Amino acid sequence: MSVRLKEWVDIFALKELAAGMAVTLRYFFKPNITVQYPEERTPLSPRFRGEHALRRDEQGRELCVACKLCEAICPAQAIFITIDPASTAEKRLTKAYDIDNAKCIYCGFCQEACPVDAIVLGPNFEFYSETRDGLVYDKQKLLSNYDRWKVQIDANLAQDAPYR
Amino acid sequence: MNELHQFIQSHGLALLGPQWWPMAWTLLWTLIKIILLITPVMICVSYYTLAERKIIGAMQVRIGPNRAGFFGVLQPFADAIKLFCKETIIPQGSKKAVFFLAPSLTLVPALLMWAVVPFSPELILADVNVGILYVLSISSLGVYGVLMSGWSSNSRYAFLGSMRSAGQMISYEVAMGFTIIPVVMLSGSLSLKDIVASQQGVWNVIPLLPMFVIYFISVVAETNRSPFDLPEAEAELVAGYFTDYSAMSFGLFFLGEYANMILVSFLGSLMFLGGWLPPLGFLGFIPGIIWLSLKAGFLMFVFLWIRATFPRYRYDQLMRLGWKVFLPISLSWIFLTGLGLHLFGKV
Repeated sequence: MSVRLKEWVDIFALKELAAGMAVTLRYFFKPNITVQYPEERTPLSPRFRGEHALRRDEQGRELCVACKLCEAICPAQAIFITIDPASTAEKRLTKAYDIDNAKCIYCGFCQEACPVDAIVLGPNFEFYSETRDGLVYDKQKLLSNYDRWKVQIDANLAQDAPYR
Repeated sequence: MNELHQFIQSHGLALLGPQWWPMAWTLLWTLIKIILLITPVMICVSYYTLAERKIIGAMQVRIGPNRAGFFGVLQPFADAIKLFCKETIIPQGSKKAVFFLAPSLTLVPALLMWAVVPFSPELILADVNVGILYVLSISSLGVYGVLMSGWSSNSRYAFLGSMRSAGQMISYEVAMGFTIIPVVMLSGSLSLKDIVASQQGVWNVIPLLPMFVIYFISVVAETNRSPFDLPEAEAELVAGYFTDYSAMSFGLFFLGEYANMILVSFLGSLMFLGGWLPPLGFLGFIPGIIWLSLKAGFLMFVFLWIRATFPRYRYDQLMRLGWKVFLPISLSWIFLTGLGLHLFGKV
């Protein structure tokens, strides 16, 4: 009986409602957690998988050896590689290396598969295109991405290396 | 302040020149007074929308609008310019005259009611001795705008929304009306001025606390605010009765809704929270209008606070609350008030 009475008292005293409003009032005085994006940015993990880049070595030569492992593992089949006919047993080169960004799912398997760490997913996530063709990155575009983000990509790879 | 006010009140006509056509001057002077009342109300409304976004944002640990001007102070103007510049779309098959009459019928009653709101013992546009009756009767007109908008839009969402809204507004008007009766009984007057004056000793909220709570919940439902915003339940009805409205005709609905919210906050503080009376006697040096605004401002804050806290009601729960809970409680409190008045020999 007394339990039931207490229930009724709680209902008519709007106890639950007051408890709910106390929660929102507490949050009202908490500092905001908003990150005002263009001016402020959230920290990115060194493993962040953004826009693709093809790495070069210190002399500026392409690292890619045209092994096609990335093309094979790509679950979205977004990578298209053509081997340069001039390749030799000592030095294999690609003639074309295209990634269709419209198909890519940013899983990072290509980076995992690459034996020479040539293809990487960089830290850049602010890229767009107004056409479908613009989303197909050719080798030139991928190499220039590396030139642009070199410092960060290399730093991220070095930071993540112990766990690979 | 008071001297200035009395000076304007008594010399108002003379200030404008010789009274060679007194009727016209009276008309003009009334018009000026109306503008002096409506303009602050409208500014309040526009900044109330900003305050709503800011306060709800803060309760959700967000910032809220802060791009248009410092702290977002220009946001209401940006919204207004946007609404004015947009195209007014008239839905196919709508009743055009009714369609455009409906928003005005929502806004105009909301503004009409401000005529009898006393801001201080002297500052009142129309000192009607049945102020409360006037407010109750005009507020029930608001439902026509809602019904007409839903009917004329030729859209099932708008129609269902307006049906819901009409049912809701009528139900909660009953509960609201009954919560006002004990106030009238205690003060023995229907004039808002006398009601405030009768709270000189103790505010009505102390003997009538349950009535105050019911009044507030009822007006939340009456103004179609969350958690009773079923008419515009966006999950199922898109936007309820104003689904098909765009541009400024849409804006008028919102102006009406917010003007109503501010009005019921003022009425609540006048009837229950002692109006312009200071909470403690020695605080009387602060002008009454500031006390009134503070109290109304608190109630307006509670409106937003409730919106940030509670999920939406289901329609049958809403009706049950109105008819099966609020109505019996308020009726029995009327009885208790009468009994108390009889026992303590006030009647």
